[in-house]
Amino acid sequence: MKALVVKNLSKTYATGFEALKGISFSVEPGDFMAMLGPNGAGKSTTIGIITSLVNKTSGSVEIFGQDIDQDFALAKMNVGVVPQEFNFNQFEKVADIVATQGGYYGLPRSLARERAEKYLKLLGLWDKRDEPSRMLSGGMKRRLMIARALIHEPKLLILDEPTAGVDIELRRSMWEFLENLNKLGTTIILTTHYLEEAERLCRNIAIINHGEIIELSPMKSFLSKLDKQTFVFELAENLQQAPELERAHCQLIDERSLEVEIQKQETLNGVFSQFSNLGIQVQGMRNKTSRLEELFVALVEGK
Amino acid sequence: MDRQQKIIAFQTIITKEIRRFTRIWVQTLIPPAITIALYFVIFGNLIGSRIGEMQGHSYMQFIVPGLIMMSVITNSYSNVVSSFFSTKFQKSIEEILVSPTPNYIVIWGYVMGGVARGLSVGLIVTLLSLFFSDMKMVNFPITLTTAVLTSILFSLGGFINAVYARSFDDISIVPTFVLTPLTYLGGVFYSIDMLPDFWQAVSQFNPIVYMVNGFRYGLLGVSDVSLVFAYSVIILFIVILYGWATWLLNRGVGIRS
Repeated sequence: MKALVVKNLSKTYATGFEALKGISFSVEPGDFMAMLGPNGAGKSTTIGIITSLVNKTSGSVEIFGQDIDQDFALAKMNVGVVPQEFNFNQFEKVADIVATQGGYYGLPRSLARERAEKYLKLLGLWDKRDEPSRMLSGGMKRRLMIARALIHEPKLLILDEPTAGVDIELRRSMWEFLENLNKLGTTIILTTHYLEEAERLCRNIAIINHGEIIELSPMKSFLSKLDKQTFVFELAENLQQAPELERAHCQLIDERSLEVEIQKQETLNGVFSQFSNLGIQVQGMRNKTSRLEELFVALVEGK
Repeated sequence: MDRQQKIIAFQTIITKEIRRFTRIWVQTLIPPAITIALYFVIFGNLIGSRIGEMQGHSYMQFIVPGLIMMSVITNSYSNVVSSFFSTKFQKSIEEILVSPTPNYIVIWGYVMGGVARGLSVGLIVTLLSLFFSDMKMVNFPITLTTAVLTSILFSLGGFINAVYARSFDDISIVPTFVLTPLTYLGGVFYSIDMLPDFWQAVSQFNPIVYMVNGFRYGLLGVSDVSLVFAYSVIILFIVILYGWATWLLNRGVGIRS
């Protein structure tokens, strides 16, 4: 049984805007899938339909074998969602928000309190349990929504840009948390604009653009499509013009920074030996962009 | 969801609603008490002593049931309309929408929250009225049932208003332009027998007349209208408003895009 099966899903809003044009995809149980796409591509609409916040125009959705048109309540028992925008009562206390959500899933009060404590502790919010939610920082509010989404321990967790506006340290701790959750068996779908995040965490990838899926594949095979790489070399001495290199394209960013693009099958040794021959001393080097970012931009921009 | 889970979901919504209005008790419980106390002082004590008896009771005794009912109506309505609209406004309604809680539990949860506040304020006003007049109760079951049913009716009204509302202005339009005039013209301060024939006939179309008179009968044993007809009107309106609220929530009007 698949964790999620989406078939020919389409959505046209009352304004006439066609947000989804019949997308289809499925997610295996235990998967960690990235759903990427530019703003307005249809990611949040897809999540909205799966979680009943948006009415679909046509198509079908099955969550762990349960069709949402037949028994949405049963299907909802298996899904937890962390939305993009903060959507909790700003005046309620942190622990109350999480435990109350348990009540909506029919969890007895004692169990809801117990789970609220467990997840607030895991997400480093237990000390804030008695504070009104409006007093939390942006990162804490995101973690609060994760704790709330996990209160009924869903088999499928959907996170819509969970690390937006979160500092690097916190983002990394959230990654670890999600990785552990996935290892314990929770299927995770993640949308993000941080492609490094998707590359690190996710095994499969779906790219949506203009309401259509333009890429659906395992992350590894997707990344293998990349046929060139770009490096930036920090130079020990100033250069006035970019050198001519064999089997590589060079351009100066400034006097001390040289950008070099090479084909994937080429080694860097060739570049370094040419630098040595030309008397160019290298102090440091870095990848210009993440590999995924290059592919993503190429796909979305149709290059 | 099994039956037990639904009961828990229902209790959760009611608890959250009661927690909300008791947390802000200075805004929800005190102002109506002050307003109604002023009515007692001005209309009951100062002006009422010059009016004399009405339907065999002092004017103060006559207006007490109407004022209690007025506070039940306005507080039931305003509790649900402001609470449900603010959950829409803050998007926290999504917490319930993504859960398996059925729509009828959502409606009754909010309605019972409104009833809890309406009856709480009604009780506070009743206790206050004891300082101004001798309270008697002719029929407790009628007093209680008319108050509870009226509270349910206006809580449903508040719910529907909140579903349609798009701004905070929208949640004050109905109370200001519909609820207040109907309440003041609903026989709170006078017996409709006192009106000319034409206005008596017009008053028959005001549902609040039946609620105020039903409640007044429970307390004083006097009413301008038939009790059976009063109950029928209240129950009919509850059925209509509940059907309307259910239709709105099932369609996701104002909630789902």
